Amino acid sequence: MISFELSEEQTSVREAMQGFASDVLRPAAREYDEASAIPDLFFQQAWALGLTATQIPESYGGYGAERSPFTNALVLEELAYGDAALAVAAMTPCLFANALLDHGTDEQKQAHLAAFCGDSFHTGSLALSEPKPGFDPFAPSTTAEKKGSGYTLHGVKSFVPLAASAAHFVVIARSEDGLDAFIVPRDTPGLTVSETEKNLGLKALQTSELRLDGVDLPAAQRLGGAKGADVRRLINQGRVAISAVLTGLSRAVLDYCVPYSKERVAFDEPIAQKQSIAFRLAEMHMEIESSRWMTWKAASDLEAGRDATRSATMAKRYVAEKSMWISDNGVQVLGGHGFIREHPVELWYRNARTLGVLEGTATV
Amino acid sequence: MVNFELSKNDKTVLDALRSESLIARKYARQYDENEHEFPPDELPEAKDHPNFMSHMATRGAEDSGGSVMMTLIAMGSTWGDYSVRLRRRDSGLGNSALKAAGTPEQIEKWGGLTLAMAITEPGCGSDPSQVRTTATLDGDNWVINGEKIFVTTGCRADGVVVWATLDRSAGRAGIKSFLVEKGAPGFIVAHKEKKLGIRADDTAAYVFEDCRIPRSNLLGGKEEIPKGGSGGFKGVMKTFNMTRPLVAGLGLGMAEAALDFTREELSRAGIDIAYDVQGTTQSAAAAKFIELESAFEAAKLTMLRASWLADKGETNNIEASVSKAKAGGAVRDITQGCIEILGPMGISRAHLLEKWFRDVRITDIYEGTGEIQRMIIARGLLDYTRKELN
Ligand SMILES: Cc1cc2nc3c(=O)[nH]c(=O)nc-3n(C[C@H](O)[C@H](O)[C@H](O)COP(=O)(O)OP(=O)(O)OC[C@H]3O[C@@H](n4cnc5c(N)ncnc54)[C@H](O)[C@@H]3O)c2cc1C
Repeated sequence: MISFELSEEQTSVREAMQGFASDVLRPAAREYDEASAIPDLFFQQAWALGLTATQIPESYGGYGAERSPFTNALVLEELAYGDAALAVAAMTPCLFANALLDHGTDEQKQAHLAAFCGDSFHTGSLALSEPKPGFDPFAPSTTAEKKGSGYTLHGVKSFVPLAASAAHFVVIARSEDGLDAFIVPRDTPGLTVSETEKNLGLKALQTSELRLDGVDLPAAQRLGGAKGADVRRLINQGRVAISAVLTGLSRAVLDYCVPYSKERVAFDEPIAQKQSIAFRLAEMHMEIESSRWMTWKAASDLEAGRDATRSATMAKRYVAEKSMWISDNGVQVLGGHGFIREHPVELWYRNARTLGVLEGTATV
Repeated sequence: MVNFELSKNDKTVLDALRSESLIARKYARQYDENEHEFPPDELPEAKDHPNFMSHMATRGAEDSGGSVMMTLIAMGSTWGDYSVRLRRRDSGLGNSALKAAGTPEQIEKWGGLTLAMAITEPGCGSDPSQVRTTATLDGDNWVINGEKIFVTTGCRADGVVVWATLDRSAGRAGIKSFLVEKGAPGFIVAHKEKKLGIRADDTAAYVFEDCRIPRSNLLGGKEEIPKGGSGGFKGVMKTFNMTRPLVAGLGLGMAEAALDFTREELSRAGIDIAYDVQGTTQSAAAAKFIELESAFEAAKLTMLRASWLADKGETNNIEASVSKAKAGGAVRDITQGCIEILGPMGISRAHLLEKWFRDVRITDIYEGTGEIQRMIIARGLLDYTRKELN
């Protein structure tokens, strides 16, 4: 049956995230963007929300709530309404933990998950993107060659969030079995983590490049062991996550433009009374609604364990395009003021362009 | 729980409708090219084919709501053809108005008729508060004078709900709806329009010349004109909260047909639509197709959202406008884009794609143009009245 009804629990998670986004994320967004860094205090505050530990089963030390990609999509939209960079940062531990939860063997879960259930911030990360034109996550250039009973990895990964503080990485590579994933400890010989990358947007989020020059791994480090991992699902989860983040960002833009355009007067009346502004706002609203339902649909495919390749790809492409358009209009509605860093619309404009081309930076 | 999957019962209804639509589609071209003919009330195949609506009799808690189903049925019907049906089941727009505004006696009396809705006049469409058709009380009769145009099902309907003003100086509050049955003295069906698309659909022009109807034919029965405000006008406009998602569905059914046709033709040409390939490196045709398909999905989801809210009994005026405006834009992009993808074969009358391209164009016009929907949405967002934004 067709239903848009959130459960009571989903509604209350959503409300909690709204509070955190407006109390913590939004007020800090500009400062951290200017500093190109996020202070430890923020990571501790976000850690206290239990975003990662909540969905880890009790047997591995977590709170044992149901693993729910759909609820995580709700969380991401709300956090990103506060700030996209901080939303992605707060959820980065999930990038690694959820990959293990969903695809890891029991031994791999035993070995890694407990660290995500402690009192202090702990993170791993996911290395999916690669620095080349038209990067396609389904066809990575990074290779994993069979060598004896283990594997050797070669390649370059980019935009790996919080790589500087991650203890482990899940690295996506192409092996003889197709798409494959490996758990790589950060001190493995042959692995180098670059200086922090300098990017157009999500500036507060520190990301790095990873070089894998003949990284030798025992077979036990292959995610999912002999069975391997469902990397397609991992990619789809990333696409849904980016869609959710961009939906929250778009909403932030519209909610900023509405009061601004009612106050700003030109030619004797509020600019909101001009149709070219008012209709633009209406279209922004239409596309925010559309973006959310596209995201929800793909998230509910993931939730039910269905193949979400089609719905997640459509959601990501659609939402990326619309959020770019919305944030572009956000700048235009503010005119010259939109170009000045005193207002957040220029930040949202940069972030929308950045997120739209990312893969594997967030997960649900 | 949020759910986008149809139940087993939902599917049974829509599958049965699909098989009816496949039959209707065989007649689509014939009635498009012969605009003066009306499609029959029943196609010859009807006698061997059970009515899909019979499956709507058994519904349970796990099935989609009534309004959601009506929008999906609207889509499933026009997927076959906009106008041709295995069996006609048009309850006209006037029937929605009767249901929304009529007294119980009026609903009882006229509920079984097919009723058209006549608001638009030669001098006013988007702004119905400018209606000039007049109704004057004369003893136990209303006397109606004026012209109405673009009346859907105007020729075939048994009667029509007409908007007329009792007093132009009272503005919107002076406008009332009246039920006029065919055959009322002074009620003339002037002609049937020739159109770009939906040609088998009848669109009529009416003239009322001292047309006399009983005093009890005023819908809702309230003769007094309230002082200030919009009177019953806003209430009457609420009918559109139900019909706009349906109109979205009518358009989207044809857009889906266009997408299905295009996908099949591409596949025949060896171009498969892959979703696990980056858009920048896949073929332009496939990338464009996914873009159009996404526009379809987005519009369909806003339609489902608006009708789901209606089923819950929640306010949905903004959502209804969102769905109508989204569909109005999407169906144009989709049919224009499908022709672009297929090239010359897309414009050939040997296929239905060029017809769908013409037929869907009405979606962004009637029941309030795309601009009017944007105005409604913007007023909602900005908390503006019609004075502040018009
Ligand atoms: C096939 C068909 C079936 C129809 N069926 C019915 C029916 O059953 N009953 C009925 O009553 N009517 C019906 N209509 C009429 C239809 O609802 C109107 O045509 C429509 O509402 C637009 O009105 P208009 O044609 O007078 O255009 P206008 O109002 O003249 O509009 C012209 C243009 O101006 C724009 N515009 C108008 N006002 C504004 C504004 N304030 N701000 C910005 N832009 C504005 C419009 O969006 C449009 O683009 C039908 C029309 C067609 C073609």
